[in-house]
Amino acid sequence: MISAPRTATDRTKLPYCHESFHNLQELRHSASLANKVFIQRDYTDGTVCKFQTKFPSELDSRIERTLFEDTVKTLNNYYAEAEKIGGQSYLEGCLACLTVYLIFLCIETRYEKVLKKISWYIQEQNEKVYAPRGLLITDPIERGMRVIEISVYEDHGSSGSSSGSSTTSSSGR
Amino acid sequence: MTGNMHLGVEEPIRECQYNQICTHNSSTMDTPHTKKKKIKRKWQVFPGRNKFYCNGRIMMAKQTGVFYLTVVLILVTSGLFFAFDCPFLASNLTPAIPAIGGVLFIFVMGMLLRASFSDPGVLPRATPEEAADIERQIDTANGPSGPGYRPPPRTREVLINGQTVKLKYCFTCKIFRPPRASHCSLCDNCVERFDHHCPWVGNCVGRRNYRFFYLFILSLSLLTIFIFAFVITHVILRSNRTGFLSALKDSPASVLEVVVCFFSIWSIVGLSGFHTYLISSNQTTNEDIKGSWSSKRGKGNYNPYSYGNLITNCCAALCGPLPPSLIDRRGFVQPDTPQPVAQTNGTGACPSNQVQSHMT
Repeated sequence: MISAPRTATDRTKLPYCHESFHNLQELRHSASLANKVFIQRDYTDGTVCKFQTKFPSELDSRIERTLFEDTVKTLNNYYAEAEKIGGQSYLEGCLACLTVYLIFLCIETRYEKVLKKISWYIQEQNEKVYAPRGLLITDPIERGMRVIEISVYEDHGSSGSSSGSSTTSSSGR
Repeated sequence: MTGNMHLGVEEPIRECQYNQICTHNSSTMDTPHTKKKKIKRKWQVFPGRNKFYCNGRIMMAKQTGVFYLTVVLILVTSGLFFAFDCPFLASNLTPAIPAIGGVLFIFVMGMLLRASFSDPGVLPRATPEEAADIERQIDTANGPSGPGYRPPPRTREVLINGQTVKLKYCFTCKIFRPPRASHCSLCDNCVERFDHHCPWVGNCVGRRNYRFFYLFILSLSLLTIFIFAFVITHVILRSNRTGFLSALKDSPASVLEVVVCFFSIWSIVGLSGFHTYLISSNQTTNEDIKGSWSSKRGKGNYNPYSYGNLITNCCAALCGPLPPSLIDRRGFVQPDTPQPVAQTNGTGACPSNQVQSHMT
């Protein structure tokens, strides 16, 4: 397997360890992307947006299971709130229909408001929980709400071995 | 030995040649005066067969001829009604008639434009990493392939509300389609909650614009019946005064309006009735045509998406939350992210290719 050419790296930086990354900027500039883990959608409740809470084996050594499950469950709750069919959504729908949907030029829909909350939550989670562990969550809206993409970063010294091990581990699943 | 040494001497030269070729190609691609790359918006590199207007704000299918016909028919018929019939009706009956007609007309045009111009719920194609991840999962699930072994079709089964639903893999978009999504061959996109591709509206009808489409055909039915009824009233009132033939001579436009409305009413009112049935049972046209939830398929076959209640189904379809567009048409293309490959080969050709690649 020929690995992709790596970007120029600063070898004078400290070797990677869990505590050395304090912000996302450092993570992006000082580490290289080793692998991407995709959390797929859970369709057992129909077409409602919900992600599987099954813990992927690639993240076994990187993050605690409970933290990961908390993040996914909170995201699922946000999406459920956005797609909830109730009094408020009916009111919004009827008002919009009466104004020939021109009202959405002035105000944003409830769904859009919840999506903003979600992106704020993901950024907060990235800063507090995931970046210190060398991980980065991509907002599902940027992937068509199909997957939660978790980028796994490694430091330069161990990145060659980790990419090899990640391919063997995924084929062995 | 000499052969090896020959190769040993050749290789560094070959490497230099490759490097030279690379730099040579890249320099010819960049013209000297445009060193800075022009940043494109995502709609400009969209892989589907869609047309975009107003810098990505408007999204339509490739064939829009019939849509313009729809607009012309509605504008001409309504225009003739307001110009020729309404003055008589307003002065002889009530000015409420043109007022109601005006409101209906504005509503019809608003819904038509909204249904035609908005994103129906297109699913963006998989990024290369996603596609590779799914391929890996499929290969692992299929297991080793020996000679003469045909891998099973790419499907996943999901249990939704007690009903087994098969999710199909889309070879063009390289994703497993969510339930109720379908790939439109005309637009070359996977669309969420795909209903049908409507040439009259010039767009697919899917999750995000179904309510606009339904309100369009419903209000158009009302408008057509309204115009038909009042044009007939106008002609009758006139012929009471001046006789039938001279009434027709005084307002020739009425004849055209009656003809257009008469032929439209059957199809549009029928379509409205059909879609009212679909909404009340929470089905898509696609599902109804295929008979996905028909009891003829089996005793335990039922629609897992229906809320069970007619009112709830209608309210959910028309007044439910409006999801945002997933394709971010007006966003800027990030220069470092690779774009998903645009593939337009049909699903018929692909499975055989996949089988061959699996065999080798």
